[in-house]
Amino acid sequence: MRLEIHNAFVRNVQWGGTTCLRDGTLFINRDEAVGSVAADENFSEVELELARPGESVRIIPVKDAVEPRVKLEGGTSFFPGFCAPMEPVGEGKTLVLKGSCVLTCGPIVAFQEGFIDMTGPASPYNPFSGTNNVVIVARPVEGLEKHAYEKSLREAGLNLSLYLAEQCKGAAVDTIEVYEKGTIPEENQKYPGLPKIAYFCMSITQGLLHDTFLYGADMKHIVPTLVHPNEILDGAMVSGNCVSACDKNTTFHHVNDPIVLELYKRHGKEINFLGVIPTLESTVLAGKERTTWMNANLARQLGADGVVISEEGYGNPDTDLCMNAKKCEDWSIKTVVISDEAAGTDGSSQGLADATPEMTGFVSAGNVNEMIEVPAMDRIIGFPESIAFLSGGASDSLRGDGAMYVELQSIIGSTNELGFSKLGCEWI
Amino acid sequence: MGVPVVQIATIVPIMMTVGTNRIVPGVAIPHPVGDPEAGPEKDRKKRRELLERAFRAMQTEITEQTIFTE
Amino acid sequence: MTFRVVHYINQFYAGMGGEDTAHVEPSFRQEAAGPGLQLRNLLQGEAEIVGTVVCGDSYYGENMEKAREKCLEMISLFKPDILIAGPGFNAGRYGVACGDICAATVEKLGIPTLTALYPENPGVEMYRSKTFIVETGDSARAMKNALDAMASLSLKLLRKEPLGSARAEGYISRGIRKSFFHEKTGAERAVDMLLKKIRGEAFETELEMPVFKKIPPAAPVRDLSKAVIALCTSGGIVPFGNPDHIRVSSAESFGKYDISELEDLTAENYESIHGGYDRVYANVDPDVVLPLDVMRELEKEGVFGKLHDFVYCTTGTGTSVAHAERFGQEIGEELKKAGVDAVILTAT
Repeated sequence: MRLEIHNAFVRNVQWGGTTCLRDGTLFINRDEAVGSVAADENFSEVELELARPGESVRIIPVKDAVEPRVKLEGGTSFFPGFCAPMEPVGEGKTLVLKGSCVLTCGPIVAFQEGFIDMTGPASPYNPFSGTNNVVIVARPVEGLEKHAYEKSLREAGLNLSLYLAEQCKGAAVDTIEVYEKGTIPEENQKYPGLPKIAYFCMSITQGLLHDTFLYGADMKHIVPTLVHPNEILDGAMVSGNCVSACDKNTTFHHVNDPIVLELYKRHGKEINFLGVIPTLESTVLAGKERTTWMNANLARQLGADGVVISEEGYGNPDTDLCMNAKKCEDWSIKTVVISDEAAGTDGSSQGLADATPEMTGFVSAGNVNEMIEVPAMDRIIGFPESIAFLSGGASDSLRGDGAMYVELQSIIGSTNELGFSKLGCEWI
Repeated sequence: MGVPVVQIATIVPIMMTVGTNRIVPGVAIPHPVGDPEAGPEKDRKKRRELLERAFRAMQTEITEQTIFTE
Repeated sequence: MTFRVVHYINQFYAGMGGEDTAHVEPSFRQEAAGPGLQLRNLLQGEAEIVGTVVCGDSYYGENMEKAREKCLEMISLFKPDILIAGPGFNAGRYGVACGDICAATVEKLGIPTLTALYPENPGVEMYRSKTFIVETGDSARAMKNALDAMASLSLKLLRKEPLGSARAEGYISRGIRKSFFHEKTGAERAVDMLLKKIRGEAFETELEMPVFKKIPPAAPVRDLSKAVIALCTSGGIVPFGNPDHIRVSSAESFGKYDISELEDLTAENYESIHGGYDRVYANVDPDVVLPLDVMRELEKEGVFGKLHDFVYCTTGTGTSVAHAERFGQEIGEELKKAGVDAVILTAT
């Protein structure tokens, strides 16, 4: 399979008469853009706001981040099972409005949304302080059931993102990246001596605002499976969760999966990248056992020498993490896990809810409970009082002047466990 | 003398790891002592079943961590 | 203005003798002594050793409270900005004395302190979380490296510079985790680590697996029909409106609620405020997490004696182990005092 990612750089975003990308500026026709999402009857109000890198802006509470992409060849639209019809992805050409991002924001659904600051001490903790953001601020109609509200807002983010990318199909492309890998037997023949590596992409699959979708399927109802890495890069996975804001894999993170990109970089040189196993984090013990046995079996059948395992969330999924590590290691498949730690606000607590001696290769994504002081921002997009209800916040987090004293937990993607950022933990 | 504690929760491996001595496996994370999806009668029946199991656990002499499945 | 350093050493390094003088009581001198003579040269003129406090290792070990008090008194007379003790390398009694006087000085004088010990010195386990212990080799042959590291860390502490990891700064970790930005992304570090593992090369994990402590099981309930049973939960079930503002995550408190008049938890009287699971079920009927309704039923049937008047509730997600242990101890004590015979604890 061969996928070309065509990057058209976005360095600025402005309202304009026609939605297009010209000389690095993404112009957006506001009414048309609002129209692309406002038709959903579940919203009583839809507004769009812009937030640019370096501006003194806070966006809160954020549910998802979506990178505007659209198929140029080898598919239609984007996000199969949602905006796009049910079709396989990962081949052909895909346009990316690189440096832009759609964010979904609205009154709180369920406690684990987060915030983004476009400048200041919180800004190094996620990529969105560096992207030109188009924020959907939507209010649900009175009495709307929470699952319906979440779905509507999730789809609004995908729809707006698609609208923007589609309108920019004619834009000049700055760089092209090529991702090419054959079938497993083909690659095994080409690189017989290289260690075979698979990747378990653990995803939260636990209910309201804790769900993940693969080709539009709610992953809590499936069993783990194997996909070609190009499918991940090309929109097969969509996030429907906030887990805790800090360790959420946003839809943006999925199409930019750093583990996929890193393994691809080394494919054919140091490793033989077998593929990606998107997998579950069940809420029942039998589900955890089933999933992790199947993960290990898939790795075994593929002849994996090693597996990179990323977690999503903390707490009960730490058990899935341990089971994945143990079962693979017991079958002589080497593992390294990437996970964050809940080490307490003072850093002196055990960071994992579960442990197993076989988990000898651990890469840390940071301590979710670490406190950070963020100053007031000149402008707030969304609902600042919601910090009192967000995980990582408390009723006294918001100071009178708009400054906040919160845990890293409440910053979207701050301890992302795909290892997106350079954050980690050390002993002091 | 210590007071016996019976923990009802779903993720048995975590209870084993953190040292819970009397463990009763629960139904599911969002409803450890109920089965609301099965309807009010079955939900209540399940709750009763788990509590009765907890009573048996608290009356049982043990020397090490024990999972009570009955 | 130079910083004022007080140096603590034992009888041997002070030139008073060996084991034969290990029982000497605390004394002081208004100048550097022993390894202090080398140490002061490494302080780059920014700090000076204004005094040395000396105590026999055996005297300290056998009279800890008195020794500590006397030494503290002497130390404080010098009005120091920092206390440096040792290096003690692998000498057990000396290591414990160094650790102890450093810990006490932090507490009583509020100034930074540091010592230097070999990782297996018993003083390390006892005091690592209370002071900075520079890592040394196992004997005085490692003196030069130890003094270099001690001087360097002392100056950073005195200048109040931000510190890197324990490893980077050369001291034995105090058991605390802190977030830092690395050179490479987590994904890169993971693939690097996996390749090393597969190739059989040495690698360093970023987090060692913890070992949780086990508690011996309590004796069973003898007569259930007379037993008082209490309900507790970490599922975040609280009276509607969360009157005590229990946090949705990383709880730092627990709630105690009177349920003596309640037969049933409903969507009106109680709710779930736990941020880590889908609360849809618990908000329709909180009994699926905190089983009050059926407990009342069983109580009326006489299966057990009495349901304790109070339930104890907190949120388990992200809650630090340290807080959770404290809750457990406090709740446990209250329940014991109240004559509760057994507890049912539910978790999500």
